[in-house]
Formats: sequence, C-alpha cells, structure tokens
Amino acid sequence: MFDALDAVMLARIQFAFTVSFHFLFPAFTIGLASYLAVCNGLYLWTKEHKYLELFRYWVKIFALAFAMGVVSGIVMSYQFGTNWSVFSDKAGPVLGAPMAYEVLSAFFLEAGFLGIMLFGRERVGPTLHMVACGAVAVGTFISAFWILSVNSWMHTPAGFEIDPDTGQFIATSFWEVIFNPSFPYRLTHTLTAAYLTTAFIVGGVGAYHLLRRRARGERPSEATKTMFSMAMWMAVIVAPLQVVLGHEHGLNTLEHQPAKIYAMEGHYESHPEGAPLYLFGIPNDETQTLDYAVGIPGLASLVLKKSLTAPTDGLDTIPDDEQPPVFLVFWSFRVMVGLGFLMVAVGLWSAWARLRGDLFHDHWLHRAALVMAPSGLIAVLAGWVTTEVGRQPYTVYGLLRTADSVAPLEAPAVAASLIAFVVIYFAVFGAGTFYILRLMSRPPVFDEKPLKDSIDGPIRTAGITPAPEEATRRGGPNAVPGE
Amino acid sequence: MGIVEGFSFDLTVVWAFVIAFAVLVYVILDGFDLGLGMLFVVEAKKHDRDVMMNSVAPVWDGNETWLILGGGGLFAAFPLAYALILPALYVPAIAMLLALIFRGVAFEFRWRTKRWEWVWDLAFIGGSAVAALSQGIILGAILQGITVDEGARAYAGGWWDWLTPFSLTVGVAVMVGYMLLGATWLVMKTEGDLQERMRARAWPLGLATLAFIGTVSLWTPFLQDGYFVRWFTGVGWAMAGGVAAAVGVVALLMFRSLTIHNHEYRPFVLSLVLFGLCFVGLGICMFPYIVPTQVTLWEAAAPRNAQIFMLVGAGILMPIILAYTAYAYWVFRGKINPDDGYH
Ligand code: HDD
Ligand code: HEM
Ligand code: HEM
Repeated sequence: MFDALDAVMLARIQFAFTVSFHFLFPAFTIGLASYLAVCNGLYLWTKEHKYLELFRYWVKIFALAFAMGVVSGIVMSYQFGTNWSVFSDKAGPVLGAPMAYEVLSAFFLEAGFLGIMLFGRERVGPTLHMVACGAVAVGTFISAFWILSVNSWMHTPAGFEIDPDTGQFIATSFWEVIFNPSFPYRLTHTLTAAYLTTAFIVGGVGAYHLLRRRARGERPSEATKTMFSMAMWMAVIVAPLQVVLGHEHGLNTLEHQPAKIYAMEGHYESHPEGAPLYLFGIPNDETQTLDYAVGIPGLASLVLKKSLTAPTDGLDTIPDDEQPPVFLVFWSFRVMVGLGFLMVAVGLWSAWARLRGDLFHDHWLHRAALVMAPSGLIAVLAGWVTTEVGRQPYTVYGLLRTADSVAPLEAPAVAASLIAFVVIYFAVFGAGTFYILRLMSRPPVFDEKPLKDSIDGPIRTAGITPAPEEATRRGGPNAVPGE
Repeated sequence: MGIVEGFSFDLTVVWAFVIAFAVLVYVILDGFDLGLGMLFVVEAKKHDRDVMMNSVAPVWDGNETWLILGGGGLFAAFPLAYALILPALYVPAIAMLLALIFRGVAFEFRWRTKRWEWVWDLAFIGGSAVAALSQGIILGAILQGITVDEGARAYAGGWWDWLTPFSLTVGVAVMVGYMLLGATWLVMKTEGDLQERMRARAWPLGLATLAFIGTVSLWTPFLQDGYFVRWFTGVGWAMAGGVAAAVGVVALLMFRSLTIHNHEYRPFVLSLVLFGLCFVGLGICMFPYIVPTQVTLWEAAAPRNAQIFMLVGAGILMPIILAYTAYAYWVFRGKINPDDGYH
C-alpha cells in the first residue's frame, strides 16, 4: 500500500483532500444564498421582523462560509495546472472554455455583489440590496452549472475529437461538450444536494434553539420557529425528490459507466437470473468477491432493470486494469443512500408532527433534526467519493488515465505541498468552523436595532452593527440578550 | 528586430491581450489590497487597522477574481503554457495559494474573536507578504525562462529551478510596489493622522519602487539574448527610452502630488499608471513568447473554435463585469470613518 505512494498517488490524495474541503463550503453556501434571498424577499414583502432577524442571523454565517469557499476554490482552479498539467494540456481546449465562462458569468457576479449584499443595505436601498442578494444566489447556481458540466464531461466525454499531433482533445461541438450525457443528472442531483445540506443545517440550528428554550422553560422566538419550519418544509419536499433524482442518475451511469455501478452494487459477478441488492458486505478486490454479503435477492435487478429476474453484468465483464477500487465506492454509496432515506424519514416525521400541530413541541423530532444537521455534508462527500473513485482508473473516462494525467513533479514536492495543505486546511478551516458553530450556538436576537439606526457604531462585516453583539460576546455568556 | 516575422493580428493575439488585461487589473486591484495588508505591520493601532481593512472589505473578493480569470484564461486560451508554467513554479504557486487563504479568511475571522484577533492580523500581514513575494517570484522565474521538453510538451526542470537572485529580487520589488499602491490607496480613502502617515510612507516606498524598476529593467536584458536584442538594437532603443522616460515623468508627478495637501486621488492614480507602464515594458519584452523564449503564443494557443467560443462570452460579459465592478466601487466611495460607519 505504502510503496504506492508515488507522485501520482500523492497528487490524487491532494486533489481529493482539497476538493473535498472546498466542496463542503459550496454545498452549504449555494443553498444558504438562496435562503437568504428568500428571507430578505419575505421581509421586504411582508414587513415581518422575524425575516429580517433570520437574514441578519444567517448572513454572518454565510459570510464566513463564503470566504472559506472562495479561498479554497482558488486553490482548485490552479491545481489543475500545478498537479495535473498533462490533463490540462490535453483537455484544456475542451474544458478551458466552460471554466472561463464560469469565472466570467459566475465568480464575478458573486464577488461583485457580495460586498453590496453584506455591507450595502443602507447605501443602496432595499431594492438594489435585494437585487444584490439575488445576484449572489444566482451566481452560485451559474457556478455550479459550469463546473459540473466540466466534471460531467470527464465522466461522459462527448462532442470532441483527438488531435493526432498533439494528443489534445478538440471540441467539435461545444453544445455537446457542455450538455454531455451525465450533466443534467449530475447538475440536478448536486444542486438538490446543496439545498438539502443547507436545509438540514438550518433545521438543526432551529431545533437546537427550540430544545434550549424548552430546557430553560422559555418560549421559542418567532424567528427560531420559522427557521425550523422552513427547513422541515424543504425536507418533506426535496428529500424524496433527491431519491428519485439519484435513481435516475444511477440509471444514466449504468448506461455510460457500467463498471462504476457494478462497484457501487458490489457485483463482482454477473447475475444471469437477477441480481441481489447487497445491504452489507466487505468487497475484496484480490479475490473479486464480496465477503460476508447480506442481500435481498432480485432487488438490484428490479431497481436497475425493472424486473426481479433481469440479467445483470458484473465486474467480471470488465478487464482488470479498467476496474475501479470497489471498497470505497461500495461503502460511500451506502452512506449517501442511507442518509438520503433518513432525510426522507425526518421529512415525513415533520409532516406528521405538523399535521398534529406538534411541530414546535415534538422534542424527539427536534433531537433527530439536531443529529441530522451535518448529514447533508456527509452525504455530499460520500456522493463525490462514489462518483470520482468509481471513475478510476481514468480522469477522462475511457480515454485518459489518471496515471497519464499527472504533472511531471517529483514526489517530495507533492508530499511537501500535501502536508502543507493538510496542516493549514485543518487549522484555518477548523477555526472558521469553530466561529460558525459559535455563531450558531447563539439564538437569533430580537432586539437588534431596526434598520435605520443600525448604521451607527463601527462597521462590521455583514453590514451589521457589532456594538450590541460584540458587547454580549465580550461581556461573557450571561450577557446574551433575551429573544 | 523588434518586429516579429510573420506577425498577424489574429485571435491568438486578441486572447493574449485579454489575459494580459486580466493580469494587469489583478495586479493593480489586488496589489493595493496586498500592499495594505503588508502596511498593517507598521500600523499597530486597532482603530487604524479597522479602518484600513474596512476600506477594502467590500471589494477584495472581486479584486481576487481577476486572478482566477488570469489563471482560468490561460488554461482556456493557452493550455500548453498553463501546463508548462505551473509545474515549473510549483513551490511559489502553492505558497501564493496558501498565503491567499490566510489573507482571505482574515477579513472575516478577525471580527469573530477578541482574544485571537492578533492571530488573524498576523495572518493578514503574513498572507499578504507571502502572496506578493510569490507573485513577484513567479514573474521573475517566467522572465528568466523555464526548461521545457518540447517533444513531451512538458516541464523538464527540477522543483527549485525558479530560485535565483533575479527571481527573488523581482519578488521583493513586487512587495515594495504593492506597498506603494496600498499607501496611496489609503491616502485616498482615509483622513487625519493615518492619511498623513501614509502620505509620508509613500515617499520612501515610491523611491524604492523606482530603484527596483531600474534594477530589474537593467538586469532583464542580460537574462536571455532575445531580450537584449529586443531592447538594445534598432527600434528597441526607442521603445526602451520611451518607457523609461514615461516612468520618470509619472514618478515625478506622483512625488509632486504627494506634497500637495489636497491631492488625495492623484497619487493613487499615478502609482497605478506607474504599474501600467511597467506592464507595457514587460509585454514588449516577452512578446511573442508566452514561455520565454521557448514557446510562442501561437504554439500554445487553443484551437480556433475554442478561441471564438470564449471570445463571444468575454466580449459580452467583460464590459458588464467592468460596469458592475465600477458600480460596487462607486457605492463604497469616499472616506472610511469607522466612528460613524459608512456614510
Ligand atoms: C456544485 C458546485 C461547485 C463545485 C463542484 C465546485 N465549486 Fe468552486 N465554488 C462554488 C461551487 C462549486 C461556489 C458556490 O460558486 C463558490 C463557493 C463559495 C464561493 O465563493 O463560490 C465556489 C468558489 C470557487 C472559487 C472562488 C470564486 C470566487 O472568488 O468567488 C474558485 C476559483 C472555484 N470555486 C473553483 C472550483 C474548481 C476548480 C472546482 C473543481 C475542481 C470547483 N470549484 C468545484
Ligand atoms: C467538488 C466536489 C468533488 C469532490 C469531493 C471530488 C472528489 C474527488 C476524489 C475523492 C478524487 C480522488 C479519486 C481517486 O483518486 O481515487 C478526485 C479526483 C479528481 N477529480 Fe474530483 N471531486 C469533486 C469535484 C470535481 C470536479 C468538479 C472536477 C472537475 C472539474 C473534478 C476533477 C477531478 C480530477 C482531475 C481528479 C484527479 C484525477 C483522479 O484521481 O481522478 N472533481 N475527486
Ligand atoms: C437514496 C437516495 C440517493 C441515490 C439513489 C443517489 C444516487 C447517486 C448516484 C448513483 C451517484 C453517482 C452518479 C455517478 O457518478 O454516475 C450519486 C452521486 C452523488 N450524490 Fe447521490 N444519491 C442519493 C442521495 C443523495 C443525497 C441525500 C445527497 C446529499 C445531500 C447526495 C449527493 C450526491 C453527490 C454530491 C454526488 C456526486 C455528484 C454527482 O455525480 O451527482 N445523494 N448519487
């Protein structure tokens, strides 16, 4: 295992590490940007103060998460060149354009309006401020659109030819490149994932404050109730949708990357009489068997082919040097799907509690929602691991191997940078996560000043007067103002 | 020489200009952010630091986006150059990315803690300094040339090749130049004591910047024969003289402006022009190579259909971006006074 730690392996670990860290932030900010735009819009429309409270509460958290998303994202965009230069040279003529479009159409939009969204409410007035909130939210969408198109092309390349002299991929149709076969599935599944991630974090924070108030024998504030309720609506509606989208995505993958599906299912062997759906098992690539397997007969055939007895192929139909490592794919897939069904369960539970008028009193539901707060983040990472590891040993599926994509770097260079990334990411993003959690541990404050007066006092990020908040923080735990 | 054989003004040249423009905008915008970050070192008072940071807080993200456009544009329009340059400059490139992480999060983290505020102040200073140094080193290393295996279309040197006295000198030069931009930016954005101190600091920074411009300009022609020929034969003399004279005039105007009390915008604008002129000099020096003196723009260029497809987008979107960026600056115009917030 350790003699496999050559420059290629190190570069893969580094990419996986940095991109996983990066994606944690977008997974949260894509949904949160929309949520903030909705809260701000509802405030302007209904004039109900609770929506302004929610906006102010979450915008501080958003600013922190967004900053971390930006700095970790810049690393990604340069890492293609530093660590995957052969890939960059070969795929640049095809993928460079959509990535340039991402910068031009999304990153500038987000960055340009972020300042106004955070600092500018008093300067530009409510309408333009709303426009800025909308621009940031739309920017995150556009960003996801382009980068997922690029990523999807690497899974299901289309609309290109290969230049015989340079070995470069050359686009024959950018339309086909962008709307490659797996893109619609990946885009919808990932955006929905981002919404669910945010919904469960918001719901978890709401549930935490409901539980805390209850423990103190106090009544929860309107803002707290509203955030919990909004999040649970998302869970009811979006979680089942995600299961359907994921299923469709899987069928698309079966068509284009069957080896990945075999790995996800743990199907080393072909099953001419219908394949079982394994719930548990320990994949063993050496012996090409799934040890200690527990499965439901015929179910995999039913899911994939709509018939309990439909024959399915397995990894035995794939040459050995084109197989992905099964263990990670098999288990990360189960983590994602398991969490997906748990999300559906929480959603249904909340719907039932709502029907009974118990939504804000069912403290077992609140506990469940609190435990599920990070579930979206975990599911998202598990999903990416399934997708990316399942693509191995290729970067451009079927055409360019990972081992042939890597930059001509010496292993010590990559090892040194990998260590630096690990140390710095844990330290810096660890601190950021701590600040976010600390903000979340405080309830939304009702008695923040109404809009017009709040421009007094030292300006603070997120355009909010730090004075009262700062005073409470610095004044110790007892100074937390009541809701 | 000076005029390149077989030169034609085609899409490749257009793209070279677009990327050069993105890099220039990055250098002057993030230049003053990073310079301001380094100036934190000498402004220890919390109040002054708050003012300084708030003068760029609403715009820094947009400023940094030009760096992504520079890199992303290179990947898209000149993939071979992107694939050669970044592995060659692995160490300074990674150092820059890590430094930008510290610098970027400091904007947010600094306000979230009292006890650890000094840590994030330090992160802001160190991040800005290392990012500026790395950017200079990257520039220097590109100028001095990198080892390319043309058959394999790959970088063929070691991972410390970039480290030379020349690249380090350019690194320090960029640090000093950015500090000049930061100081004149603050002359524009602040008032009172802080403004006066910045006005005073701009003097030595300006002189040092000029000294570095001179040193680097005289050193560069001796790095590669091509540069020498470019500058010191035929029309080269005229171009070299022209750029040098312009630098001199602009520097004089800037120093004069610094002595005039009600000139608040002018020193900043003039220091930007100074950077612009250096950039033109660099452009003359490198053209038509993108990896001097190994790979030309045309050898590294993406195919024509990709160039056209992107140009449509850039043509439509860049003016819009420039418009709303200008709008964002306009919204946050005027002096920063933390005692009564944004006016
Ligand atoms: C599905 C969405 C998604 C995915 C798969 C990725 N990103 Fe990302 N990225 C975003 C969604 C996003 C975002 C929501 O647009 C961010 C998060 C925070 C932010 O500022 O924008 C962002 C920020 C962000 C930035 C900083 C932009 C700025 O300054 O505003 C860069 C350079 C990248 N990303 C680059 C990448 C690369 C090279 C990726 C692939 C390896 C990648 N991202 C995966
Ligand atoms: C943002 C969420 C993403 C995550 C969490 C993720 C995860 C991973 C993981 C775990 C690997 C390592 C696979 C292995 O070596 O076994 C990997 C590799 C890679 N991914 Fe992704 N990925 C993400 C998005 C992307 C996107 C959007 C792109 C392209 C634009 C991309 C391109 C690559 C490349 C080039 C590699 C390296 C080569 C390879 O090992 O396949 N990834 N990623
Ligand atoms: C039971 C429900 C789910 C099913 C059946 C499902 C199915 C899938 C499949 C088959 C893939 C791999 C596609 C490929 O690479 O070809 C995938 C990827 C992914 N999943 Fe899920 N998924 C489910 C739930 C979730 C949930 C709840 C989340 C997060 C909240 C999530 C997030 C992701 C992400 C981020 C990816 C990687 C990007 C992509 O390829 O779309 N999934 N999912």
